[in-house]
Amino acid sequence: MLNYLNIIFVETYKILFLLVPILVTVAMIVWLDRRVWAFVQKRRGPNVVGPFGLLQSFADTLKYIFKEIIIPASSNKVIFVLAPITTMTLALIAWAVIPFGETLVLSNINVGILYLFAVSSLGVYGIIMGGWASNSKYPFLGAIRSAAQMVSYEVSIGVIIINVLLCVGSLNLNDIVLAQENIWFVIPLFPMFVIFFISALAETNRPPFDLPEAEAELVAGYQTEYSGMMYAMFWLGEYANILLMCAMGSILFLGGWLSPLEMYPFNLIPSALWLILKILLLFVLFALVKATVPRYRYDQLMKLGWKIFLPLSLAWVVLTSTYLYYFNLLPVN
Amino acid sequence: MKLSRILKTVLLVDFLTGLAIAIKEIFKSKKTINYPFEKGKISPRFRGEHALRRYPNGEERCIACKLCEAICPAQAITIESTEREDGSRKTTRYDIDMLKCIYCGLCEESCPVDAIVQGPNFEFATETREELYYNKEKLLDNGDRWESILAANIKADDPFR
Repeated sequence: MLNYLNIIFVETYKILFLLVPILVTVAMIVWLDRRVWAFVQKRRGPNVVGPFGLLQSFADTLKYIFKEIIIPASSNKVIFVLAPITTMTLALIAWAVIPFGETLVLSNINVGILYLFAVSSLGVYGIIMGGWASNSKYPFLGAIRSAAQMVSYEVSIGVIIINVLLCVGSLNLNDIVLAQENIWFVIPLFPMFVIFFISALAETNRPPFDLPEAEAELVAGYQTEYSGMMYAMFWLGEYANILLMCAMGSILFLGGWLSPLEMYPFNLIPSALWLILKILLLFVLFALVKATVPRYRYDQLMKLGWKIFLPLSLAWVVLTSTYLYYFNLLPVN
Repeated sequence: MKLSRILKTVLLVDFLTGLAIAIKEIFKSKKTINYPFEKGKISPRFRGEHALRRYPNGEERCIACKLCEAICPAQAITIESTEREDGSRKTTRYDIDMLKCIYCGLCEESCPVDAIVQGPNFEFATETREELYYNKEKLLDNGDRWESILAANIKADDPFR
């Protein structure tokens, strides 16, 4: 019994040790996003709360906590409340398998990438539930768009992952990272990295693919009826998802926690920091893209997903497997 | 489609050009200011919060001619007047409903003695509506507070009037 309690205590401690920094990072990332966006537009961005405005997101969160949560009378209340919780939970549980170092991972499961993919696919449920339960037009339209968008881009992300898996021969995230010791997959699979990046933008509803919350047409999409902390949970979940996609990109293509060169000055930096740096690099790119490009039209989005990315990544799977087979480089026989 | 066009699309040339411009813009100087801490320059003609001015000897400028009341398109001004013992006509009441006011500046233009003016202050938001029903006391107080700037502004704008 005592032993059992001990295990629970240790595991809870470990989970908190992962979750609290992630939540803080998510808050910081929102600040970074707004700051980069502002800088590109030659504005100053949030710079009042704390040094350089670093605490802006915490101030915002505090504001959301004290705001009233309004539940529309005609909404399906249980699902309405459940939706932001689902989004947030799904965005956070995926972090369990992200390796920050060779042993620095909460649960080193064998099908890590599959788990990651499954959880990020489930993320769409939060949005659909929110849009459906609101029982209002804009959220419903936003949720429909979002569902179609996320489902179509997941297909191409799945095929891109197959590309990487062909080179690794394992579904374990640590094996994927270790397979990149000689060369990061971003170099041989560069086109796939580009497609992955763009699909990740679509998958996380970031501009230029932020159709579900296109404010000019849909007010705020599935978030329209949400207020207070429930809105903040959507918002946190969304950014946690973006961070997760960045982490996935850096693990699949940028060598995860590996340092770029196995040399003296690079060795000193701990592996977790390398992963964080790579995630941040990808996120800054996300933010820059948000500031640069205009929003896609819905049919263009679907065309890009189904008619361009899917055949392209499928062709690349054939190319990769042919190459690996022909030169006898297949990781498993 | 031309080959060059296809190549341009596949290599994301337009997107990368845009990204490069975005990155270049990051290092340029900012066009906005830290508003509550630093403020932008405003013209001497700026039409902000109203004020009633006095002569240097402390006498009110306003002669209760009621031109401002007559011209006010929003009918925000209410004036009542009486004759003083020395025979001069002065206001007993000078109210401006700042919620009705459209800040057109016609009161200032109509005033023959530069008594009612619109100053440079635009930060007079209040928490209740009642606080924005300005009376004579409040307007004179504004005049005393902003007098140096008001006089300078009127002087600066004088050649154009």
